[in-house]
Amino acid sequence: MPEALSQLPSRKTIRHFLSWFAGISMVLVPLLRLLPETTFLHPSDYTVTWLGKIICYMVLALSLDLVWGLAGILSLGHGLFFALGGYAFGMYLMRSIGRDGVYQSDLPDFMVFLDWKELPWYWTGTQHFAWAAILAIALPSAVAFVFGFFAFRSRIKGVYFSIITQALTFAAMLLFFRNETGFGGNNGFTDFKRILGYDITAPTTRTILFMLSAILLSAALWGSSLLARTRFGRILTAVRDAEARLRFCGYEPLGFKLAIWTLSAGLAGLAGALYVPQVGIINPSEMSAANSIEVAIWVAVGGRGSLVGPLAGAGIVNVGKSWLTATVPDLWLYALGFLFILVTLFLPHGVVGLVGRLSSSRSTPGGKA
Amino acid sequence: MRFLSSACSLLLALMFACPAQALVPEDLKAFAEGGPFERSELISTWASSQDTALTAFLDALEEGSLGAFPSGLLARTPDGEEFREWHTDTLIHEDPMTWEGIMVSNVLRAGVERARASQGLASSDPAVRREAVEALRSAASDPAMLEVVERARDRETDATTKALLQDLTRRLALSATDPERRIAAARALQQSGDASTNFKLLQGLLSTDESDDARETDPKVRAVFQSISTSLEARAAFFEFLGHIFAGISLGSILVLTALGLAITYGLLGVINMAHGELVMIGAYTTFLVQGIFRSWLPELEWMYVIAALPAAFAVSGLVGIALERLILRHLYGRPLESLLATWGASLILIQCVRSLFGPQNVEVSSPSWLSGAIELQTNLVLPWNRLAIIAFSAIVLICTGLVLSRSRFGLFVRATTQNRAMARCTGVRTDLVDMLAFGFGSGLAGLAGVALSQVGNVGPDLGQARIIDSFLVVVVGGVGQLAGALWAGLGLGMFSKILEPLSGAVMAKIALLVVIILFIQKRPQGLFALKGRQAE
Amino acid sequence: MKLIQHGAIKAAALSILAAATTMAEETIKVGVLHSLSGTMAISETSLKNTALMAIEEINAAGGVLGKKLEPVVVDPASNWPLFAEKARQLITQDKVAVTFGCWTSVSRKSVLPVYEELDALLFYPVQYEGEELSQNVFYTGAAPNQQAIPAVEYLMSKAGGGAKRWVLLGTDYVYPRTTNKILRAFLHSKGVADADILEEYTPFGHSDYQTIVANVKKFAQGGKTAVVSTINGDSNIPFYKELGNQGIKATQIPVVAFSVGEEELRGVDTKPLVGHLAAWNYFQSVKNPVNAAFIKKYKEWAVANKIPNAATVVTNDPMEATYVGINMWAKAVAKAGTTEVGAVRKAMSGMTFKAPSGFTLTMDATNHHLHKPVMIAEVRADGQFNVVWKTPAPIRAQPWSPYIEGNKGKKD
Repeated sequence: MPEALSQLPSRKTIRHFLSWFAGISMVLVPLLRLLPETTFLHPSDYTVTWLGKIICYMVLALSLDLVWGLAGILSLGHGLFFALGGYAFGMYLMRSIGRDGVYQSDLPDFMVFLDWKELPWYWTGTQHFAWAAILAIALPSAVAFVFGFFAFRSRIKGVYFSIITQALTFAAMLLFFRNETGFGGNNGFTDFKRILGYDITAPTTRTILFMLSAILLSAALWGSSLLARTRFGRILTAVRDAEARLRFCGYEPLGFKLAIWTLSAGLAGLAGALYVPQVGIINPSEMSAANSIEVAIWVAVGGRGSLVGPLAGAGIVNVGKSWLTATVPDLWLYALGFLFILVTLFLPHGVVGLVGRLSSSRSTPGGKA
Repeated sequence: MRFLSSACSLLLALMFACPAQALVPEDLKAFAEGGPFERSELISTWASSQDTALTAFLDALEEGSLGAFPSGLLARTPDGEEFREWHTDTLIHEDPMTWEGIMVSNVLRAGVERARASQGLASSDPAVRREAVEALRSAASDPAMLEVVERARDRETDATTKALLQDLTRRLALSATDPERRIAAARALQQSGDASTNFKLLQGLLSTDESDDARETDPKVRAVFQSISTSLEARAAFFEFLGHIFAGISLGSILVLTALGLAITYGLLGVINMAHGELVMIGAYTTFLVQGIFRSWLPELEWMYVIAALPAAFAVSGLVGIALERLILRHLYGRPLESLLATWGASLILIQCVRSLFGPQNVEVSSPSWLSGAIELQTNLVLPWNRLAIIAFSAIVLICTGLVLSRSRFGLFVRATTQNRAMARCTGVRTDLVDMLAFGFGSGLAGLAGVALSQVGNVGPDLGQARIIDSFLVVVVGGVGQLAGALWAGLGLGMFSKILEPLSGAVMAKIALLVVIILFIQKRPQGLFALKGRQAE
Repeated sequence: MKLIQHGAIKAAALSILAAATTMAEETIKVGVLHSLSGTMAISETSLKNTALMAIEEINAAGGVLGKKLEPVVVDPASNWPLFAEKARQLITQDKVAVTFGCWTSVSRKSVLPVYEELDALLFYPVQYEGEELSQNVFYTGAAPNQQAIPAVEYLMSKAGGGAKRWVLLGTDYVYPRTTNKILRAFLHSKGVADADILEEYTPFGHSDYQTIVANVKKFAQGGKTAVVSTINGDSNIPFYKELGNQGIKATQIPVVAFSVGEEELRGVDTKPLVGHLAAWNYFQSVKNPVNAAFIKKYKEWAVANKIPNAATVVTNDPMEATYVGINMWAKAVAKAGTTEVGAVRKAMSGMTFKAPSGFTLTMDATNHHLHKPVMIAEVRADGQFNVVWKTPAPIRAQPWSPYIEGNKGKKD
């Protein structure tokens, strides 16, 4: 078995991980939330929202791992799909503010003071939760499909592909910065009031959003691990390891690459849709080139191709970021920079690889990882 | 505009007529009590006098050492507690708290400049005269001045100044009483002078507004004016287009310069160096440091600090690059995606280092005088010296790089290593040394780009990040490993965005450019200049 | 094994957060929420410094209510969602009594729901586009009528050069678009036709202004022109350099900028820029004893705290606004006798402070904005400004601009 494939954790590991994760996030945290606020163990709104945000990042990392880890396509533009999902769902959240905005208008506030008379056509239907939810998946998937079709058909790969995705997300960011585009310019969407009629700031809503994120993550992880083991998954691995040989064997990789690429974008969009109500803002800076690179870093830190690794990577980097930016604000960029260098130099399989190596060397002394 | 031209014609009238008495006490009182506008007008009326008192007055004003009391007395900034009236030097006994310094604001400064220019017209130095005429030329429009200007033209000995006055004569002759003369003047203006200014002049005369007394009424002359105006418009549009082309070349040369080092490190070594932008930034900061050294140790040679900064920036960025290669990239050859991530980490560290050392704000890098200013061929075709210098510099760097790679022993080794590493090693090429030096060379080129950028933009910690995507796109569009590719891609992208910009606005031009690149790569996945032959996977 | 690792990380994170909440309460905590890294660090770092200096100064004078102020500095890293997260952290975990922070409108918009939800106080020190009024924010920067409109009025006047044509030039985002919309309506009301207004936008981080400057020149051939620049941060320097190169002098086409101050000009050779204008509510060059003391204190603080380039630090308008904000808040707390938000908010209305601008500033009784003087100044060769015009007295802010349609009859 090629070494790279061994990165994929066993079904048992996945099952263990999932049961622990689900136990903590879907049972323990909600139960603790029922405790009175004054108790030490009660997770505050801050903690729940913060964890929810990180879980959304984990889903994003997982979606990138599907294309990069499994199929070897490094996208440096996943922030775009994440943001598109966020914007799609954000439209719903803006619409459900109703007349509670500062101008008491049916239009979102930013449209009022920029003199828009009516909603542009692409906002049609976004007052319905279901349509917005569909859009959140369909929009990034569609963009990815079109872009991927042309890119993969021309056999753009490797670094070229990565740089082109950077150009794509950069172009989209500039587009969304414009007020004329109709998405609030650089301020984006904020000041959400409610979701499906529930107060968006209420502790229960927060807990439910957090749980939904956790469910999404669990389902995505479970699905991905199944997918990776199917014939489809194996072909993707072949695309990653020896695309030319695969082609010589009579496979056309286009369809496979396109399928995983589109799927991944949809998943990223869904993560974005859950992210927006929790952090309370979506704006074009989510599409900045640096943000997308950072996602790749999470995956690399955790260990690409291991599905669980990217989750760990997203967790470590974001927890570190939250912590360092509060304790030693001047130093956190150094820490982040060194982390990336050290991980790429010394941990080619990321943290998961390291953990795997440690545990296997303990169980079978002298054994090879 | 109207007040400016009236002030100017007044000025011209006075300048060529007899000198008047200036700086009389009543005027000075009016000056002290007036606002900036009134003050400016007063200075204009004084300007005809060749009085040395006026020069001294203007000097004092520009130094900011004049002030006024509410009673209308002008006084210099006091030494200690004493105030002396400006023109009599007598002691003033006023409340020192009510003294208020006279600020030279734009309106007043324009008056001062006009006054100085008119004084310059009588100067015996042709250079001063030329400057004075240029300063006046843009504003003078009173047809009554025609004769005066003609006389000045005939008297003039300096050829350039004479040409300027000739041009001014023609413009004024557009409103002459003799229709033939008006037509002749328009014909002459059709061929020479500033197309867009002349076009505007004719347009003004062709106004359909009946109440405008300056408008041309003779139908025959109008017809001629109309046809000349059309041809002038085309001429102006042509120059404007040339201006866009120049802007495109200039932007392209900057893109080529920033991408060149990347083309080497990426094209030849297969390393994605996301810290390339930071190497450019380090080059720019080196320029800042060199400037500081010249300022404190060699102030008389400050004009040449940019030249001295070139080798320094090459060396510093090159050394940082070599350090990067030794510490990080050496371990990542053959793994381009990992090298991308690691160098991105390195770029974060470099940015934060610079921020800690120099602060997060931009630092000041000033252009030496020989890089300031411009050659003004037409109002809409201005070639700034620093841009011309950068275009020339890019060309030189490109040629030198090409020569180094194709003619030198080092270049031979680099090419050998690129083409077949194992074989190169077999023939005794120390490939790891070549890698290191090639990376250092590419980084040094980034440093050179930093020196150039410091002359057109800001020097701050984020300088590199803003440029990195553009540079990568140049390399990708150009094709890997080809200097010619970087050249054509850089120029092409620069030209494309500058021609598109006036049509669609800067924002949409940028977006369109990115989309076009994405489409282009679909067609030519290997870039403009792909390596020919079978490609190994 | 991995599972345990993963769980351990979470547990560690939770315990860190928990630890932060159990700090003792001998001091009054004050949040400072400014980006110290990322693109906004260039502007916001000096505001953090000012905040720390002001807090030190208040502490040296005995603190507030007998307690010392304890600054809690966090770095939202120019990342807008992180602003919201950090704001929540400051309020709920660190339990700060008040926060001083934000620069960009988007960062304020990002934290605003948090402050409203948790009913906490934010002092926002930067000039902005208006169109907002929150009970939880005190705006110590200028609203458009305290900056943009007076500047245009000045340039229209004889003393300002009597401009007839206008170029509204900005970076393509909300503040420039809104400001220009207000200005366009204002210019219309002054009888300026649309043909005499040229509106141009550039993308973020734009650095090549050749075409734009050529356009401005062409436009200016039609009559006395002034440029109103709402170009954002880093793009200003390439723009000014290009102006200088193409030989445009301030006496011909003056440029008035709303985001360029002393701090931004530190990185520029200002000799070619002499005469271009800026409109603010404070300039370092303003001469009065309060300002002299303010500048001296800041310079000493910078040296003592080893700020890079401490010898050349400057003060600017948002720094003054930060300083005013902190001092007003401290006075309000002393007056209310508590840091409780409702009481402080009440005490703030009508609060006055003798500011470095040389005026006694008043916090409006109802609209949470400061009454501020407007100053128009020209750039000097040394990077400082000459004030050429100022309002005789502070003027009241209009957060809801009367030039925007939706605001008819809106109370502030």
